[in-house]
Amino acid sequence: MNHANLFRWILCAIFFFAFIPFSFAQKADTIKIGIAGAHTGDLASYGLPTVRAAELIAGKVNAQGGILGRKVELLVEDEACKPELATNVATKLVSARAHAVIGHICSGATKAALGTYKDAGMIVISPSATSPELTYSGQYPNFHRTIAPDDAQARLVADFAVKNLELKKIAVIHDKGDYGKGFAEFAKKYLEESANTQVVLYEGITPGAMDYSAIVQKIRHVRADAVVYGGYHPEAASIVQLMRRRNMKTIFISDDGVKDQTFIKVAGPAAEGVYASGPMDTTNNPQAIAAINEHKKAYGTEPGAFYLNAYSAMLSVLNAIRQAKTTDSEAVLKALRAHVTDTPLGKIKYNNQGDAIGVGFSIYQVKNGVYVEMK
Amino acid sequence: MNYFWDLFLGGLTRGSIYALIALGYTMVYGILQLINFAHGEIYMIAAFTALIVASILTMQGLTGFSVLILAGVIAILYAAAYGFTVEKIAYKPLRQASRLSPLISAIGMSIFLQNYVMLAQTSDFLPFPNLLPQSEFLDSISAWIGPSDFIIIVTSSVVMIALSLLLKFTKMGRAMRATAQDREMAMLTGVSVNRIISRTFIIGSALAAIGGLLIASHVGRINFYIGFNAGIKAFTAAVLGGIGSIPGAMLGGLVLGLAESFGTGYISSDYESVFAFTILILILILKPDGILGRSSQQKV
Repeated sequence: MNHANLFRWILCAIFFFAFIPFSFAQKADTIKIGIAGAHTGDLASYGLPTVRAAELIAGKVNAQGGILGRKVELLVEDEACKPELATNVATKLVSARAHAVIGHICSGATKAALGTYKDAGMIVISPSATSPELTYSGQYPNFHRTIAPDDAQARLVADFAVKNLELKKIAVIHDKGDYGKGFAEFAKKYLEESANTQVVLYEGITPGAMDYSAIVQKIRHVRADAVVYGGYHPEAASIVQLMRRRNMKTIFISDDGVKDQTFIKVAGPAAEGVYASGPMDTTNNPQAIAAINEHKKAYGTEPGAFYLNAYSAMLSVLNAIRQAKTTDSEAVLKALRAHVTDTPLGKIKYNNQGDAIGVGFSIYQVKNGVYVEMK
Repeated sequence: MNYFWDLFLGGLTRGSIYALIALGYTMVYGILQLINFAHGEIYMIAAFTALIVASILTMQGLTGFSVLILAGVIAILYAAAYGFTVEKIAYKPLRQASRLSPLISAIGMSIFLQNYVMLAQTSDFLPFPNLLPQSEFLDSISAWIGPSDFIIIVTSSVVMIALSLLLKFTKMGRAMRATAQDREMAMLTGVSVNRIISRTFIIGSALAAIGGLLIASHVGRINFYIGFNAGIKAFTAAVLGGIGSIPGAMLGGLVLGLAESFGTGYISSDYESVFAFTILILILILKPDGILGRSSQQKV
């Protein structure tokens, strides 16, 4: 290939790409909602339900003539839950002048992207990023979420242990991971706030180790009434089984990493009576039933993770635009905090930090091989 | 004092399992100077086999001791067959190659077996039934030793004594020791080295299978990845005791198990692996060939 030929190709490429801004300009009268999250890679199952929720709502709204006379347009961008890709996606959405973003999915990627959105004054609502600092730090006034932060879970578990079960001596164990240790740290802090309760043991275990007999011996040695465990179900199943085989009656309380049917399958009879926190059961909410049926009708399957959270996020931002009668982000931000939206998660609005009010966790207990919500 | 005793027993239980698996590493190393990284996978496959056989037998209405024995025997045979095949496929063609080639081949085999089991079975954790028998005798001693701890310690001691006797007094044992000392000389005196190597793999795999069955029964869950962690710890035990030395592997396993148990019990479980590897480093500094290792002077 000679130089003239190469030059021609480059010229073609320049002409080709030169048309893109023009095509954006033609659609200027739509309401653009960015959908950012993991749509490929091993965490795609967490991100794709959000895309589907947004598509279903956009389709419905557009069929009824849109909002403020403008159609809703989705800008779907994939970042595979990688922080470095998330910043690219954020830049892309900002330059495409999206009015709001539903996303991102993972806490790490969300945090990476938030700075870019903040500088552009763009509203972001995540259906799934649970890291407490995203809202508590106060750094990101543009950030909202329709899922409760991790520490809310720890607060609930600590209150349940102290007030409902009236436990005195508690061992807090975690798996040293970001999620498990984060939960355990908050749980320990909240448990220690109570005068009658004592944290007698606070330790990390190695996930995937061959056996956990030593830590179980230690739990028995400190005579703990209960174990609060932060982590996922494989290790929890092993610890519970070892405790029950040693005839220990120690109560076992854990987080939503354990509130999974696999835990009950693996731990078997030892799982009976175990408490775990998990997202509130909203399956009786008529809105939730309708949203799930919509998904089944359109895609033929049960919706995946965070579908209802994403559905609610999308509804609330569109409702805020409708109430504000403009897409100006200042006005929409005010509307998000002032107006209640009826969603599959219940009637929600956002507090000044950006957390949805009325969204939260419940305690579940294993009874006859299934998790039952405690009222 | 009671707590000390509990931790001691827990460490002994864990250490016996490490020792059973470490024997496989050390025997193969003694004869081939090869670190058989696929050994942990054999242990995992044995646990899966035992689980499948036990579920089938339980469905047929069998219970208790007969399930344990049948599942155990089939798992041991199956694992031994795997060990034999792995050696034939991955190591034998590389017998004359440089020392790095079989090592890479071993790592490849390990990854292959892990992924094979993940695809053929499942990537989830599976519940493993408690096959270890219940009896009045065990109940009566359960105040100071857990039934499964007792069975694990007794079984592995019996197995290890049997192995030592086998190596010491049988013709095959003598041939194995001779091959370990000097492969070419053994060949000249009429020992069929290839057969001895195959048998080493079979025995090592059978020991790993016993370990896998016992520990899976004890902790109650398995998945395709358990072989990796157990393999690393057992390999550490083998090095600690002096790789190539049979009593060294047994001792190394016990030292490692006890170190982890006491470390967790008296200091913190956050540093469980730190204790194990600190001991390893200290011993390698003070005695580079391991606790019972022979100093191997290279003959020029």
